[in-house]
Amino acid sequence: MSILVNQDTRLLVQGITGRDGSFHTRQMLDYGTKVVAGVTPGKGGMEVEGVPVFNSAAEAVRKTGANTSVIFVPAKFAASAIYEAIDAGIDLVVCISEGIPAIELVKITAYAKTKGSRLVGPNSPGIVSAGESKVGILPGHIFKKGSVGVISRSGTLTYEIVDHICKVGLGQSTCLGIGGDPIIGTKFIDCLELFADDPATDAVVLVGEIGGRDEQDTAEYVKKNFKKPVFGFIAGKTAPADKRMGHAGAIISGTSGTAAEKIKVFEECGIKVGETPAEVARIVKEALM
Amino acid sequence: MNMLWSQRKEALLKVHEYQAKEIFRKYGITTPKEIMCRTVDEVIAASKEIGLPCVIKAQVMVGGRGKAGGIKIAKSEQEVKEYGEKILNMEIKGIPVRKVLVSEAVAIASEAYLGIINDRTANQTVVMACKEGGVEIEEVARKKPEAIYKVYADPLLGLLSHKAREVGLFLYDEPKTAFACGTITEKLYKLFVELDSSLAEINPLVVDKKGNLIALDAKINFDDNGLYRHPEIEAMRDRESEDENELLAREKDLSYVRLTGDIGCVVNGAGLAMATMDLVKHFGGEPANFLDIGGSSSPEKVKNALSILLKDKNVKVIFFNIFGGITRCDDVANGILIAKKELNIKQPIVARLTGTNEDKANEILKEAGLIFAQTMDQGAQKAIELLKGETK
Repeated sequence: MSILVNQDTRLLVQGITGRDGSFHTRQMLDYGTKVVAGVTPGKGGMEVEGVPVFNSAAEAVRKTGANTSVIFVPAKFAASAIYEAIDAGIDLVVCISEGIPAIELVKITAYAKTKGSRLVGPNSPGIVSAGESKVGILPGHIFKKGSVGVISRSGTLTYEIVDHICKVGLGQSTCLGIGGDPIIGTKFIDCLELFADDPATDAVVLVGEIGGRDEQDTAEYVKKNFKKPVFGFIAGKTAPADKRMGHAGAIISGTSGTAAEKIKVFEECGIKVGETPAEVARIVKEALM
Repeated sequence: MNMLWSQRKEALLKVHEYQAKEIFRKYGITTPKEIMCRTVDEVIAASKEIGLPCVIKAQVMVGGRGKAGGIKIAKSEQEVKEYGEKILNMEIKGIPVRKVLVSEAVAIASEAYLGIINDRTANQTVVMACKEGGVEIEEVARKKPEAIYKVYADPLLGLLSHKAREVGLFLYDEPKTAFACGTITEKLYKLFVELDSSLAEINPLVVDKKGNLIALDAKINFDDNGLYRHPEIEAMRDRESEDENELLAREKDLSYVRLTGDIGCVVNGAGLAMATMDLVKHFGGEPANFLDIGGSSSPEKVKNALSILLKDKNVKVIFFNIFGGITRCDDVANGILIAKKELNIKQPIVARLTGTNEDKANEILKEAGLIFAQTMDQGAQKAIELLKGETK
């Protein structure tokens, strides 16, 4: 078992004919993901890596039964691609593209909710349910099937932590990146609700960073509602205030949104925090083995 | 309530008060009559046009201008010259004042606060109003959160008129003023949405002795992700007040923030870049910078990154921490080779390259005289040891 993506995932790749879209279609197929369709308006009838390309998401869904979509479309067109996927009845839209204006995301996330679709991202590296399905750009070879769920606001830092988790002899149920933007479709708490009901997940690692207060809200939720052990890592302890650290959402304002504040709330709510990525894996191992 | 203030400064692009007010006027929000000046002569000429008394305001993008003496009311020609000279020659929190705004003095009857941001917890745009204006609004949020009134715009319908009027009716008892404020709220919301703002603030919003509503001060920040569709806003960027290397990095599509340490870090991915800085500190070192070379990195990008990094003379050791996913380690390795040749790098380089094509990378760098590390812990420790001169 796992959350969000699994063997029943039938994937549509939006922007499949682009450089990133075609490259990662190959990678996802190699991982065993059922990539059933691609969409690039105007390129219908083509094939990419043996996957049929359609002119619209609606047609792709009708003809292939796709239930999940991954977006590899440049920022300027990404908002439109997400709406198209939602209107085609896709249940889960994973947006890899970054650079979508926040005001568009306010609308998109509300629209997704009214239509009953879930958006993960934008600016997400994707989702991997180890050994089952990979949607996005996460490097498949680093994952090992196991019982640790991983939720992260970043990409390569997630790989680093996953790598350490494997090195201590554990594996992952599902690992997902929720995206580094201030306005995102799926937050830590939404993922925890899913992990709570997943029998394959015994523990969860939250990989957070500076900026906003999603981690603080999540910690309160964990304390009140979440029964499985939760571990944390917060990046940006040395980040200066008022500077955007790469991600649009990673910025400290005054004394708010700092790593120190987040680590404190995590610990107060019973979430053990690793000082370094290696230490996160060690404390998870101590708790589970 | 506090939660909102933790998100106020999302954007990198901030504009000066005089620029924000130009935008206000374009959207029909009344400001005092005012002229931006760069020299004392311009200040004197402007004061003649505006009339006396007038207000001279330093244009710097830091808070606490007033307390620092950057805002003065001049009642005579002599004071105009005196204050103009003084303010144009001062530094506020280390930032030299290059421009001032000469503004009509307004007879103030009352002051309020009006601001708009995107609430990242609710995923909604929120209007905030407070009957106390001109104060440090973060302070109010911390100490008296109940004094701030919030009205959420519908994400799909926008800010409906009655919601905007609700803001006005909260701030003012006099119906005429309340409805005028509702109109200003709608205009401010329109501007916020149309220009991809991340903060639009009137602080203070004043009622003058004649009962008119005037935006006495203005602050607008912009969402970086929206700038591609607003070249006119990008053109407002005050390049003089930004770090030269950070600007250069942005042009090269890199993300760089200068810090004060001596270990230069080159990393792929923002989260890992932050974690790398933290790790250097954890083992007792001081990171010189945040530098994210991004996803699909070419050798060229690595070279650009190193050339920006090396402009910082404090950098004594360079630490590459690459976890290859989309980023190919061999591209990074080739970039290091090119940079070593072209940039004449003298500092030792510690390289931790793992993931996609790491074997190729190690082959490429075999003869390059680098110090290799298997893990990021080891890499950070080696960089620190090198700095202490303990290993060669």
